[in-house]
Amino acid sequence: MRHLLRRIGFYVVALWASITINFLVPHLVPGDPAQVFMSRMRGHASPQMLHALEASLGVSHDPVWVQYLQYLSNLLHGNLGVSILYSFEPVTEVLGQDLPWTFVLVGMSLVISFIIGTTLGVIVVWRRGSFSDAFFTPFFAFISAIPYFWLALVLLYVLGAQLDWFPLHGGYDADNTSPGWNLDFILSAAQYAVLPALTIVIGSISGWMLGMRNAMIMTLSEDYVLMAEAKGLKQGRIMYMYAARNAILPNITAFALSLGFVVSGSLLTEIVFSYPGIGLATLQAVDSHDYALLQGAFLVISVAVLVANFLADSLYTLLDPRVRLGGN
Amino acid sequence: MRIPVDTPVAVETSSPTTQYWFEVWRIFVGNHKARWGSIVVGIFILLALFGPLIVRQDPHTFTADVLQSPSGSHWFGTTNFGEDVFVQTVIGARLSVLMGLGIGLVTTIVSVLVGLTSGYFLGWVDEVLSLLTNVFLVLPTLPLAILLAAFLPNKGPLAIGFILTITGWSWGARVLRSQTLSLRSRDCVEASRASGESTWRIIFHEILPNQTAIVAAQFLGTVTYVILAETALEYLGLGDITATTWGNMLFSASTNSALLRGAWWWFLPPGLCIAILGAALTFVNFGVDEIANPRLRQ
Repeated sequence: MRHLLRRIGFYVVALWASITINFLVPHLVPGDPAQVFMSRMRGHASPQMLHALEASLGVSHDPVWVQYLQYLSNLLHGNLGVSILYSFEPVTEVLGQDLPWTFVLVGMSLVISFIIGTTLGVIVVWRRGSFSDAFFTPFFAFISAIPYFWLALVLLYVLGAQLDWFPLHGGYDADNTSPGWNLDFILSAAQYAVLPALTIVIGSISGWMLGMRNAMIMTLSEDYVLMAEAKGLKQGRIMYMYAARNAILPNITAFALSLGFVVSGSLLTEIVFSYPGIGLATLQAVDSHDYALLQGAFLVISVAVLVANFLADSLYTLLDPRVRLGGN
Repeated sequence: MRIPVDTPVAVETSSPTTQYWFEVWRIFVGNHKARWGSIVVGIFILLALFGPLIVRQDPHTFTADVLQSPSGSHWFGTTNFGEDVFVQTVIGARLSVLMGLGIGLVTTIVSVLVGLTSGYFLGWVDEVLSLLTNVFLVLPTLPLAILLAAFLPNKGPLAIGFILTITGWSWGARVLRSQTLSLRSRDCVEASRASGESTWRIIFHEILPNQTAIVAAQFLGTVTYVILAETALEYLGLGDITATTWGNMLFSASTNSALLRGAWWWFLPPGLCIAILGAALTFVNFGVDEIANPRLRQ
């Protein structure tokens, strides 16, 4: 329990840090983005309009700490500012539409790749020194070094443009279906999600596999594994019930720590496939200097990664009695 | 690892340090992955250093050969402005590889300083530094890098280096901290503390040399991370778009819809170079891992 409270305390600090970074970055660089936008508007808009714009963009001439408090209070009220790109719609609404796409895509791909990768890691160690180890280990090392978005480009080119098996961009067939809980839409969305999901799975699988491989090698040299072998237990039982159960613990920590990395890769994947999620919104925000949207996207991504980390942490506490009973 | 000088083993003719480096060399030559990895990394470094001297051609000359597929005169084909993709790939290696190595080095130095300081001093110094490390570890790196890059007015190599150092130091710092924690109570460290060595001497002469392999592994991993992240930023158009780099090649390939025009030769070479280089670095790391962790040796 104490362990859990400490972790919660840590995540509160991390959340505060990401909010503060989000606030500070625009203030540390010269030139207020809102003022840049204003200066582009000057001459096109009347003084009253400029004033209204200033108010809606949150341009303020107060001291920084007053602005900081205002920023915090706005956040508490769920106000992330307005998006210039989406004709002054609130950022929360824009991101609210993108979030489900990213969640489903990244969440499902992550679970799939973690399961396959971890299983592969066990198999490769089991047959250590054999062909599967000699082939898969370097193969996955190669895969893990490929940039996500380049993998996405290659898959899109081969499976999408050349073979025409999958749609080239978007999240669903916008001409024939409309978003909602109907079978047509869900099938269409699934079809559009295959390639991006495949990219994320291929891109992240090697991390789990190599991590599990190293953890397994370490665990297999423990005395209790030797004991199990001496007792004449079946190889499969030793591998899964003795070694893998313990080796998976560091892999769950690795899972939590590499979440941010995988999420980063997924954002780029979304951009390549024009998949209507947070990643695409980030790119559009960068391209059109929509700073409120950019900051909102960063905040949403950070919070999502923090929550996912917290969940992985709690799972770890649940699985490892040593942590639960407060050894460390 | 190292054999202390005062044990009977030191009777052998060569000094312990020589033996250690001989062992390192033996593992590197004996390990196929490490050997091939080192060769490939070496080739890329040579390409980065001397490539632009051999291929003396402007990578951005517009010619009439527009969107040509690979041929004898254009080995990797041409872009939709008639620029030679092979020339761009060779010249792009310089900034991409050297920036990866340079930024990777700076980032590793930051990791070493933070990790060793927090692991050695403990107390409030450790509390603060560990908290900082862990916070940066859970913040998603690429979104943070995008946020910083979008607001920075100047996007030269220095700015990119600054951004990638800020987002990349935490992982190494955490690993090195836990290593330092386990080393600081070793006999050799206790002994030098008892004999009144200065703190910095203990940290840099007693603890750091015992972590050489781990620092090297961190460095190689960081270089891979930096090259990937640098390419990603450039691909989003957040780098210095006038420079010739692999990331910028991918950026211009995607903005000029190379994919829909079927120009696979345009986006394939830069990505493949990154993948091969990254894989080679990972292979070298397999060798380094074996040096650091005898249990991984077969």
